[in-house]
Amino acid sequence: MINPFEIIETINMIDKENLDVRTITMGISLMSCADSDIDVMCSKIYDKITTYAKDLVKTGEDIEAQFGIPIINKRISVTPVSHLVEVLKNPDIDSCVKIAKTLDRAAKATGVNFIGGYSALVHKGCTKAERVFIESIPRALASTDIVCSSVNIGSTKAGINMDAVKQMGRIIKEAAELTKDTNGFACAKLVVFANAVEDNPFMAGAFHGEGEGECVINVGVSGPGVVKCALEKVAGEDFGVIAETIKKTAFKITRMGQLVAQEASRRLNVPFGIVDLSLAPTPAVGDSVAYILEEMGLEQCGAHGTTAALALLNDAVKKGGVMASSYVGGLSGAFIPVSEDAGMIAAASAGSLSIEKLEAMTCVCSVGLDMIVIPGDTPASTISAIIADEAAIGMINTKTTAVRIIPAPGAKVGDTIEFGGLLGSGPVMKVSSLSSEEFIERGGRIPAPINSLKN
Amino acid sequence: MKAVITVIGKDRRGIIAKVSTYLAEKSVNILDISQTIMQEMFCMIMLVEFESEESNISLVSEELSQLGTESGLSIHVQREEIFSSMHRI
Repeated sequence: MINPFEIIETINMIDKENLDVRTITMGISLMSCADSDIDVMCSKIYDKITTYAKDLVKTGEDIEAQFGIPIINKRISVTPVSHLVEVLKNPDIDSCVKIAKTLDRAAKATGVNFIGGYSALVHKGCTKAERVFIESIPRALASTDIVCSSVNIGSTKAGINMDAVKQMGRIIKEAAELTKDTNGFACAKLVVFANAVEDNPFMAGAFHGEGEGECVINVGVSGPGVVKCALEKVAGEDFGVIAETIKKTAFKITRMGQLVAQEASRRLNVPFGIVDLSLAPTPAVGDSVAYILEEMGLEQCGAHGTTAALALLNDAVKKGGVMASSYVGGLSGAFIPVSEDAGMIAAASAGSLSIEKLEAMTCVCSVGLDMIVIPGDTPASTISAIIADEAAIGMINTKTTAVRIIPAPGAKVGDTIEFGGLLGSGPVMKVSSLSSEEFIERGGRIPAPINSLKN
Repeated sequence: MKAVITVIGKDRRGIIAKVSTYLAEKSVNILDISQTIMQEMFCMIMLVEFESEESNISLVSEELSQLGTESGLSIHVQREEIFSSMHRI
């Protein structure tokens, strides 16, 4: 029989340290739904999603009850919708929004928390339909509740599409304006990526990539609280011990994710894709990535040393997790969404954590400038420039980076914006007032970087 | 199907009796019991076997948790695989 101490350890992790499976995400290919007639396509999309995912939520709940593991979200990701828009006879904004509404309706019918894949991949160039599709994003997000959108604007192989970067700055502003009643909530459902991955189970950036099969189950784990509690027990030890402790903890967390993924895959009769080894925080106290960094000896997240601490954490989580799962993928790393992390919120409110420091942190972790509220009067060109900076980090370092930023209409530095639920609340952070207008106005493409002579 | 039942709480008379009577009623077979006092808390761990398939365990879990709350105990029922996968390579 298993050692009682191990049993108690697991129960404590779940009961007291907020260990949970963040999401079971079912990826569904919508390629077979393509049709030149918008109404026919929408009805095919609705039918396919509601058929494939009809048992997803129930299965998640059953696993939760039988294993005693909380599974916070059940989600769906679909083929990037821009691919479907290409097929339409007359691709216009109205038809795009109609597809978004169909996704919203289908997702609600299955009972999932979010559906992702209202996405476009334009890292090298935009087709006509893709340009129309991107223009539809603000309206699509404003007129739906649980649809998430993402746009990939750069990659290590292709460089950065600066025309798309420019467009996205404006799109983010429009999305915020259209949802000003909810402080620009639409922007919390919109991510701009460089090097987007095809099997990410986390929102808002999940989509079912082209290399994926018909249907797949991906699982994202979570457990910053567990890592922090483990580190409390090795106070004063050197970094070798810290790294070792994080690895062991990550191993256990990931094994749980692997078990849930296999079980869900078996019950739903859908192939298992990947486990995403991410430490995803929630606004609950004790479930924060920032607190882990502070546990390592920093007065507050944002202090000098934060980037090094995060690098160690991120690497150790991967090393521990890789052996625990047969297939690892997605974003796999520590997330630093400001509004979703109690420690980050505190650090940003106290002025200890700046957007510049966050940018530096994104060089060593997944994923990027995430859930950051900025003043409502920030110019579109400045948002584009923030995206360009983040994409450059991703492009040069061959990693995924992203920007999910909310220019909350009317908000000023020092205000706090409430989003509620997993999205938490965020202090409005200062951005540089210097203009990037001319830089963004240039357009074109930043060439792909050289991949040797690395120094 | 095997599951682990853990009962944690302040030590008092009749805890084992209460839980095992309930399990007998539900025809759940007890394979092993271990009991210790950990950090001044009574801690009982049972390895049990469910005769029938999956739906039963959710019900037992819910009712035992209810029974636990009534007597100030925390009772968990979890399938054995979660522990073996987390703690064994």
